[in-house]
Amino acid sequence: MKKIKGISKEQVRHLAWLAKIDLSAEEEQILSKQIADVLDYFRVLDKVDTKNIEPAYLVRELRNVFRQDTARKANADEILKLAPTKKGRYVKAPKIV
Amino acid sequence: MRKGVGLIGVDGLGLKIGLEVHCQLTVLNTKLFCSCSSNYRGTEPNTNICEICTGLPGTLPVLNEKAVEAATKIALALNCKIAETANFFRKNYFYPDLPKNFQITQYDKAGGVAIAKEGQIGTSDGSIRIRRIQLEEDPGKLSYEGTIVSSPFALVDYNRAGVALVEIVTEPDLKSPKNAREFLQKLRSILEHIGVCDGSLEGAMRCDANISLFGGKRVEVKNISSFKEVERALNFEITRQKTMAKAAKAEGMETRHWDEVRRVTVTLRVKESEEDYRYFPEPDLVPITISKNYISKVKARMPELPDKRKERFVRDYKVSEEIASVLVGEKQIADFFEACVKSYTAPRLLGSWLAIDIIGYLNRSEKTFADIKFSPNNLAEIAKLVEQKQITDSGAKTIIIKAIEQGKSRFEIGKKEEGAITDEKMVMNAVKMVFGANRKAVEDAKSDPNAINFLMGQVMKATKGRADHSLARKLIQVELLAVQEPSRK
Amino acid sequence: MKAKSAWEIAEGTRDGSISPVETVEALFERIGEHDIEIKAFITTTKKLAIEQAKEIEKKRKAKQKLGRLAGVPIAVKDNICTQGIETTCASKILRGFIPPYDATVVKMLKEEGAIIVGKTNMDEFGMGSTTEFSAFFPTRNPRNTSYVPGGSSGGSAAAVAKELASAALGTDTGGSIRCPSAFCGVVGLKPTYGLVSRYGLIAYANSLEQIGPITRDVRDSSLMLSCIAAHDPMDSTNVGEKKDYTKFRDDVSRLKIGVPKQYFGEGTQKAVSDAIWRALKKLEDEGATIEEVDLKTVEYALASYYIIAMSEASSNLARYDGLRYGFQESSGARNWSTLFSKDRKIGFGFEVKKRIILGTFALSAGYFDAYYLKAQMVRSLIIQDFEKAFKKFDVLIGPTMPTTAFKLGEKTVDPLAMYMSDCDTVPANLAGIPAISIPCGSSNGLPIGMQIMAPSFEEERLLGVAGFCERELA
Repeated sequence: MKKIKGISKEQVRHLAWLAKIDLSAEEEQILSKQIADVLDYFRVLDKVDTKNIEPAYLVRELRNVFRQDTARKANADEILKLAPTKKGRYVKAPKIV
Repeated sequence: MRKGVGLIGVDGLGLKIGLEVHCQLTVLNTKLFCSCSSNYRGTEPNTNICEICTGLPGTLPVLNEKAVEAATKIALALNCKIAETANFFRKNYFYPDLPKNFQITQYDKAGGVAIAKEGQIGTSDGSIRIRRIQLEEDPGKLSYEGTIVSSPFALVDYNRAGVALVEIVTEPDLKSPKNAREFLQKLRSILEHIGVCDGSLEGAMRCDANISLFGGKRVEVKNISSFKEVERALNFEITRQKTMAKAAKAEGMETRHWDEVRRVTVTLRVKESEEDYRYFPEPDLVPITISKNYISKVKARMPELPDKRKERFVRDYKVSEEIASVLVGEKQIADFFEACVKSYTAPRLLGSWLAIDIIGYLNRSEKTFADIKFSPNNLAEIAKLVEQKQITDSGAKTIIIKAIEQGKSRFEIGKKEEGAITDEKMVMNAVKMVFGANRKAVEDAKSDPNAINFLMGQVMKATKGRADHSLARKLIQVELLAVQEPSRK
Repeated sequence: MKAKSAWEIAEGTRDGSISPVETVEALFERIGEHDIEIKAFITTTKKLAIEQAKEIEKKRKAKQKLGRLAGVPIAVKDNICTQGIETTCASKILRGFIPPYDATVVKMLKEEGAIIVGKTNMDEFGMGSTTEFSAFFPTRNPRNTSYVPGGSSGGSAAAVAKELASAALGTDTGGSIRCPSAFCGVVGLKPTYGLVSRYGLIAYANSLEQIGPITRDVRDSSLMLSCIAAHDPMDSTNVGEKKDYTKFRDDVSRLKIGVPKQYFGEGTQKAVSDAIWRALKKLEDEGATIEEVDLKTVEYALASYYIIAMSEASSNLARYDGLRYGFQESSGARNWSTLFSKDRKIGFGFEVKKRIILGTFALSAGYFDAYYLKAQMVRSLIIQDFEKAFKKFDVLIGPTMPTTAFKLGEKTVDPLAMYMSDCDTVPANLAGIPAISIPCGSSNGLPIGMQIMAPSFEEERLLGVAGFCERELA
C-alpha cells in the first residue's frame, strides 16, 4: 500500500488534468500544501487493522432493484433548452482533436 | 492444450489478437437505466432523451430488468460462468459524448464482479475464450461538419446515450484477421438466434481490436464498424507493425483509429498524460443476484443455437456440413432456408443456392441479406421448377441473381426468354393435349395442387420447355375450370 | 408572539381559521425585512407561493381534501431540484440551471399542500460546515449575526430559526442538517439512509447523504418526515415506506441510553458537554439508564468519511462541463478539453476544486487501495461498532457539534480545522443510521445541540426521546 507524504506540484497538475480543472499558479501552490496536510491526516487510518474486513460499499443489503422495460416519452425539448450552445437540435461542443 | 497461440504464433509473427465487442441489446424497449426508448435510429437528434440519460443533476439510474435477462442469455449461449452476485462500477473519463463524464459499467477488480466470465466460442481455427461479458451504457453520438480533424466543432446527439450494451471481451486467442471475422460472424449469429441483438442494424455491433506482434506492445484499434472492416484493419495493422519491426522502431502501447475511407489506421492522439479511469463502485445502484433458479428458468426459454441448428440441418435436411455452417452463419438466412424448405422440400438444392450462390453474390457485391426482396415461397417455386425440369439449375441461378440485383420481389420466368412461346393458341393446344393424356391427374388436380404442378410439367415437356411459364399456368387453370363445369351440374 | 408551527398552520388552514394567502404574504414581509441581513435565501418565489396559496384556499372553499402540510410555507435547500425554479447548489457552475423536474420530496411536499417559498443558501455543493463556502454570499446566524449558521444547510436552518419559513428541507452528507440546526437552535433530523428518496437531490456523496427536515419543534419534524418518507422507484437505494411518525411516544422511563465517550473528547467545549450531561440527568431522573460506551472506531470516522465523500464527489461533479446545462465560458475554446477545464476553473469554488482533486487522488491507480478501499473497510468496522452498541442500547446520545457556532471567517483559513468539527456528525452518515439534533441550552447566547442516534429505521424512537427532551429542557 502506498501512502504518500506531501504531494508535488506535478502530481497536483496531473490530478487537475484528470479532473479537467485549470488551476492558476497560485491555486496550485496553495492546493499542494493543503492537499498534503489533508493526505497526511488521512494516514490515521493506517492504525486500523482491516485484515479480512470487507469494504462497506453499500450500507443496506439491498439486491435486485429493477425497472420494467416499458418506454415513456420524456420532455426532450425542455432538456435541450438547457444547453447553452446548440446547432439545430444538436448540442454544440468545441473541436474534438 | 490450446494450440496456435504462443509467444510465437503459427506463422512466426507471434500474432496476438483479442477483441472487445460492444453489442446493443436491441431487443429491449428502453435504455439501460431510464425509460427512454432504446430505438433511437431514424429519430431527430436529441428527441429520445430524458433527464436521466442526459445526466441532469439529481437524477439516478434504475436498472432495466430485461437487460439482466438478455445478458444472462448471452452468458449461457457463450458457455460462461454466471456470477452469483454482480455489481456496477463507474469508469471516470471526460468526453463530450458522455453525459455524466463517467460511464456506468462493470469491472472485475476492487470487488467488482461482471455478470459473467470464462466462456468460449468454437471457430474453424479453434476455440476462442471469452474473458468476460459485462453490461454497460452506450455514450451519445458525435458528428462533424467535414471530418473529425477539419470540423471546427462537434455536434452531440444524446439519443443513443444510455442504450444498453453488452461488452464481450475475448482472450487474445484469435489466430488471424480472417479468424477474427469468422468469430464475429459466429457471435452475431448466436446473438441473433437468442434474439437479443439485431446485428443488421447499423452500429448495433461495434468492435475494438487489440493486436500485437513479436511479443511487442499491444496496439488498440478503435472505430471499426463492420466485420469486413475488422479483417481489413487487422491486416493493415499486421503489415504496418511488420514494417515498423523491420525498421526497428519500438512500438509503444497506443490507441489507433481505423479510417474506413483511406483504409489505414491512424494514431488517435498523442496523449498529454496517461488516462486513469478511477473505477469505483456505483453508489446509486445495488448489486444483482442471479440465482440458480433464475438461470434454469432462462435456460428453459433458450432457443436453438446456431451449432445445434447446424447439426439438425445436416441430420434432417441432409445438407453438407459446409453448407449448413454457412446457412446458420446468419439467422435471417437460416430462417429463410427453413421457410423455403417448408414450402417445397428441396433442401439440398435450396441450401446450395443460398449458401453458395446467393451469399457469394451478396459478398461480392457488398450487399446484405436485407437487399433480398423475394420471399422464401418465391424461391421455393423456382426450386420446384428446377426439380420438375421445367428450367435448368443454371437458368434458375441467373433468374435469382438478377432478381437480387434489381431488388425485385418476383422472379421473371420465361418472359422474353429466347424462344418462349407466348402465343395463347399454341400453348392452349398443348394444354388440351396434356389434359387428354392425363385424365387421372386432371381429376386429382381438382383437389390436389401438386397435380397442377404435374400438369404444368407435362405442358412444358410438350412444348420442349418453351411455353411461357405464367401463360401456361393460367391456361391450365382455365381448362381445369372448363372440365369441372359439367360435373357441377 | 411565538410564530405558529407548521402543524398549527396546517390545522388552521384545513379548518379555515388561517388564510394561506395571508400567511404567505406576512411571511414574505418578514423575509423582506430580515433576509437582507440573514441572507438565508438564494432565490425566493413569492409569486409562485401566492399562486399556490390561492390554489389551496380555492380547494378549501370547494371542500376538497387538504394535505397534511396545507398552507405551510417551506424553504428548500438549493441542492434539491425544483421544477421551474433555479437550482444552483450555491455554485456558479449551476447558475441559471432551471430543472425541468421536481425532486421526489418536492413533489410529495406539494401533494401535501406545502407552499415552496424559496431556495436556501448552502456551502457550494454541500462542501462545508459554515455556509461561508457559498459562491454567492455567506448566511448569518440569526441568534448572533457575527457568527456562522453552520452548514452546509445553513440557509435552511437560519430561515427556520428566523421564522422566514415554517419548516425547511436540508440535506445531510456528514452533518449538514444537524450542524446548522445545532448552531441555530432548531430541530434537524437526518433520516436512516434509504428512508427518503434521493431522486432530485444533486449528489455530493451518494452513499452518505439523505434529505431531512429542519423544523422549530419535534412534532413538526415528525410531520415533515411522515410526508417525505415513502418508497420511490426512481431511487434504487430507497427502501422507504409510508408511515405516520407523528404518533411517537415520549416515554423514556425504560430507555437504555449509551453515551459514547468519543463524543466528549478534548475538542469538546465544556459548556457543550455540561449541557448534554444536564439533559442526560433529566432522562435518568425519568427512569432511563445511562451508561458510557466506547466506540473506538469512531476516532477514524472523520478520515474515512472525507475520503469516501471526496471520492464520490470527484465523480459526481464531473458532469458539470458546461455542455448540456448551466454555466459555459463564452470565449471560444480551442477544443473540448480546454473548454471543460476553463468552465470548471471558473465555475467551481476553491473548496470544491480541492475536494475534487483529493477525491481524484484517492481513486487513482496506485492509491485506491490505501485510501478509498481502506476508508470503506474502516466504514465496515464503524458500522459493526454501532450494531454492537445498539444490541445493548436503545439510543446513543452526545453533542451534535463539539462547540457552539464559529465566528464568521474563523474556519475558512484552516481547512482541516473545519473538517475536524464534523467529528460527531459523520459517524451516523457512515453507519446509515438516523440522528436528530435538538436544542439543548446555550452558551453566551449561542445554542447548543444535542444529538440522539438510533438504529436504522427507528425514527419513531428517536422522535420520542427528542420529544421528551424538548418538553423537559424548555
